[in-house]
Amino acid sequence: MELTREEESALKGEQGEIMEMAYRILVATGEATDAEKLIPIEWAHLSGVNYNTIGDAGEEFLLSISKDARVKVKTTLNPMGFDIDNVSNYNLDENFISKQLSIKNSYEAIGVTPSFSCIPYEIFDIPKKNTQVAFAESNAAIHANSYDNLKTNKESAFSALASAITGKSPYSSLRKEDSPNLSIRMKVSNPTELTYGMLGFFAGKVGDTSVNISGLEEMDKRQCKAMCGGMGTSGTCAKFLFGDGDSDCEKIDFDEKEMKNVHDELNTAEKGDIITLGSPQLGLDEISDLAAKLKGRSFKKRCMVFTPRTIKEQARKIGYTNELERAGCEILSDCCTCLTPLINKDNVDAVTTNSIKGAFYLKNSNGVGVNLKSLTEIVEEETQ
Amino acid sequence: MNKILVQGNIEGVVLKSENPINFLGTVDKKTGIISDKNHDLFGKSIANSILVFPSGVGSSVGAYTIYSIKSNNAAPLAMICKKADLTVATGCALANIPVLIISNNEFDSLVNGMKIKINTKSTSPISIL
Repeated sequence: MELTREEESALKGEQGEIMEMAYRILVATGEATDAEKLIPIEWAHLSGVNYNTIGDAGEEFLLSISKDARVKVKTTLNPMGFDIDNVSNYNLDENFISKQLSIKNSYEAIGVTPSFSCIPYEIFDIPKKNTQVAFAESNAAIHANSYDNLKTNKESAFSALASAITGKSPYSSLRKEDSPNLSIRMKVSNPTELTYGMLGFFAGKVGDTSVNISGLEEMDKRQCKAMCGGMGTSGTCAKFLFGDGDSDCEKIDFDEKEMKNVHDELNTAEKGDIITLGSPQLGLDEISDLAAKLKGRSFKKRCMVFTPRTIKEQARKIGYTNELERAGCEILSDCCTCLTPLINKDNVDAVTTNSIKGAFYLKNSNGVGVNLKSLTEIVEEETQ
Repeated sequence: MNKILVQGNIEGVVLKSENPINFLGTVDKKTGIISDKNHDLFGKSIANSILVFPSGVGSSVGAYTIYSIKSNNAAPLAMICKKADLTVATGCALANIPVLIISNNEFDSLVNGMKIKINTKSTSPISIL
């Protein structure tokens, strides 16, 4: 990999230990992915925030760099483990809370915008076409590449952090080109967001770094997000290109049979004890739509709704949060279904959700059963 | 093709495995001992070795484990793999542990107990002592 004189100097430690480490991460990542050089990026989005994912080692590392490290570009970050406003309702142990707060403080100390959201593309302005960014959250990287005309690889927590500190990323893979060798043909009719989530999950399994996708009907935001979330969960693929692709492209159908395979893999329970909505977190459109769907109805069991803090505040002003709380929803900011410590298998056997991404982590990390339903089915069957 | 992921200059004794290593969950953070019963290094510590293995596998959070074992003075002196993976690359970058990627033939020529010198600035970065 070619480095400029300034980059070489940073790698030698002439600009301090933090810069040396950050460039070491970029060079190691770049060499591993056959990058030819480093290029500037304008926005980094970090993962590795929830204490459940990074543990003591992550907490200690962030604390150790927080004194000297500072971000050089706009930097936002993923959800953490709880909503500080209502954490006392959830019986979390003191150790989790104090370690999570330490992680939060470290990120704030290095200058990260405390967005605690996995949908940066819905709560921040999108830069101009073809801008290079560095997103470590998989659904956000896929959304950025596929719908927002931005360029990013599916970054690791570490490469995104190094990019935040240096303002640079290795020039490789999707930053340079995308020529998928595979096209997926959507063959399932009357799709819901659940269908699109399963389609994404399937695409992530069969795709390499990008895939063509055809046969899609007009999709709403919820469905687009579900597809990105599903894909990010199952593989390394990080971009949809819409259309059939070249004629020599291998074609694979996503039909009822393939859909059933994904459903059977992730749907492990007949019914849930609680409901979660959000993974990815809900945007304002989805909150507004949910409030409308719940008019005159209320949930028969607990329903957790995950949304970014900025959206929650807007929703409060418009009156949606009142509507949702009246219908029995618990609205949570700063956290999400994925890897949440708020759902514990000691108290909960199974969770009903419309999120494929959420389902995967509930099943594999929280160890609870999962009952998949579309939002329409959830409202029909779980409210009165 | 050979690659240098993290630079360095060090001498040590080869500890070789034919199995990939999942750093998250199968390497003890305090001692560097491999706890996976199905692994060919089960019960052995990777501390202060030149660890030769095919590649890292598993969650990228395993990079923090590599950082931890280094903080606890239980990390290898260097790692040599056949295949580059981002967990080993970023973990060793965090912890400043040299990492080289070598060919299958070179991999086969390294055996347990061999004393070697790594100098990533040299034209032949690995030499047998």
